[in-house]
Amino acid sequence: MSLLELKNVYKIYGELHALDDVSLKVEKGEWVSIMGPSGSGKSTMMNIIGCMDKPSKGEVLLDGVDISKESSKNLTTIRRDKIGLIFQQFHLVNYLTAVENVMLAQYYHSIPDEKEALEALERVGLADRAKHLPSQLSGGEQQRVCVARALINYPEIILADEPTGNLDEANEEIVVDLFHKLHNEGTTLIVVTHDPEVAEVAQRRLVLRNGKLAKEVINENFTGKIRFTDQ
Amino acid sequence: MKKRRMFIRMITASLMRRRSRMIVALLSIAIGATILSGLVSIYYDVPRQLGAEFRNYGANMIMTAADGSFTSADMEKGKKAVPSAELVGAAPYRYENIRLRENPVVAAGTDPEQARAASPYWLIDDGEWLQNSGELLIGAKVADSFRLKVGDDIELSFTPEAEREAAAENKTADDNYKTFRIVGILKTGGTEEEYVYMTMGDLEELTGVSDKIDLVELSVSASSDKLGEYAEDINLSVPSVHASLVKRVTASETTVLSKLQALVLLVTVVVLALTMICVATTMTAVVAERRREIGLRKAIGASNSSIIKEFMGESMLLGFFGGTVGSVLGYVFASQVSIRVFSSSISFRPLLVPITIIISIIVTGLSSLMPIRSATEVDPALVLKGE
Ligand SMILES: Nc1ncnc2c1ncn2[C@@H]1O[C@H](COP(=O)(O)OP(=O)(O)O)[C@@H](O)[C@H]1O
Ligand SMILES: [Mg+2]
Repeated sequence: MSLLELKNVYKIYGELHALDDVSLKVEKGEWVSIMGPSGSGKSTMMNIIGCMDKPSKGEVLLDGVDISKESSKNLTTIRRDKIGLIFQQFHLVNYLTAVENVMLAQYYHSIPDEKEALEALERVGLADRAKHLPSQLSGGEQQRVCVARALINYPEIILADEPTGNLDEANEEIVVDLFHKLHNEGTTLIVVTHDPEVAEVAQRRLVLRNGKLAKEVINENFTGKIRFTDQ
Repeated sequence: MKKRRMFIRMITASLMRRRSRMIVALLSIAIGATILSGLVSIYYDVPRQLGAEFRNYGANMIMTAADGSFTSADMEKGKKAVPSAELVGAAPYRYENIRLRENPVVAAGTDPEQARAASPYWLIDDGEWLQNSGELLIGAKVADSFRLKVGDDIELSFTPEAEREAAAENKTADDNYKTFRIVGILKTGGTEEEYVYMTMGDLEELTGVSDKIDLVELSVSASSDKLGEYAEDINLSVPSVHASLVKRVTASETTVLSKLQALVLLVTVVVLALTMICVATTMTAVVAERRREIGLRKAIGASNSSIIKEFMGESMLLGFFGGTVGSVLGYVFASQVSIRVFSSSISFRPLLVPITIIISIIVTGLSSLMPIRSATEVDPALVLKGE
């Protein structure tokens, strides 16, 4: 059984088919990137997979559960337990420190553990920034805090919607390295990106166009190795 | 519990690190709490203040003889029914018919100091208050009809009981005489102006009969309900005395009091309503401003109930701070009002501090209900789509 399966999924806004008969399977531990022009339905798809939105038609099976039929209360629980989210804008609570932002995900999931949260920050190279407020961090650092928050509860699947869209080269490399590490640990990754360099490192690339899956490319050269730095 | 610590850490961080934002809400709660606790202070202090004010209008309880007259021992027993802190004055009076230049006049013997305490509205038109033996305070009408003035010496006479028959048979009675110096002219607007006043000792000397009281006027600083209880006590414990209330004074005091308290209550309710509107408005703005944060919290797994808990926690914490500030400022406000209106200080009620804090927490919580409900309606997907 696939970890995630979309069966003939539609998302319709009035006349507009934001998603138009999309079918897709993602296996456990797979790293998939999704490309496509602006307005092609990438975020719409991520929101549906991320249990924040429901399709107009079709089935979405996550771990065998059809999330298109669940109540929004159950969706919250599923999202909390199975999904880690990373956004293009660095969404952090602006009055909480870096470590508190990571602990927030623990708080909603189970019990906050500051030590574990600090370890997660250390993994993204921000151990010394733990007590800083988001306003005292650079864009790249904020995005790394988001990555730490997304991985803190060991989600089955990490969804990243243009995670490097607002980052400079150096921070983009750090984030992609983190994806490699997560992939090596067995985490399933779905990464929406405009950036071909970020897309190419995945095992599989999907291209969306006008709400339809237009193209699928398997990365023959996928090594699973960390490309930018060798650690 | 670790989860609760994180909760407290979050809501305090939200208030402390967003101080400039929360200051408006805090201010409106603090002002509301100030006025509320101040008005409650005044509400409970008004009876005391007003009572003190009303004591200027004279006695509100009298003791008369159940049968004939009574003694000073009876009076002392009766006075015991009233707590000494509430007893402003208790003036004994004894009335006798005496003669002034062969004309009958009513003479009253009293305790000058107590009479003044019980009837502070008595006006000395000329001269001064009665103080010592040998002095006489005369009513304005007496002064008028006998053309008497302050400083005159005058002889009063009294026919003792034993000599009355002789007088009736037109024989010469053996009268008692005593000379007094007039020290003051009394104006009250009432029958007191037809009397002459002397010390109890002088009247006893003039009449040759001692320890006899006809009437005691009491000025008591208590509510009319309490006064009624005291009067009942006296009637039960001192059979020779009959205590009753001066309805004219107690009734008007009760009316003024209830009107004033109703006014304070009305203002309190209005202020409460205004505070709630103000807090609700501020919280609505706070929620609107934090839509993105709410969406984010939901996206990373917050349920509606935890969103409600967090915002409720924040607003209740805000209520706590506002209530604390308000209970202190409320006392300052109440004592200022008290000094300006009643020219007396107000008593500090320690119990009012926790009550103000609890009420302001409840009020803040209640007025945040609607805005916080709207917080749960935020859709995480829309917020995160990059608005
Ligand atoms: N809530 C909505 N109401 C109406 N149209 C929407 C809504 N959300 C997205 N759309 C439309 O759906 C299409 C796909 O949007 P989106 O998934 O955000 O694209 P992408 O992320 O690929 O740029 C766009 O044309 C967008 O305008
Ligand atoms: Mg998008």
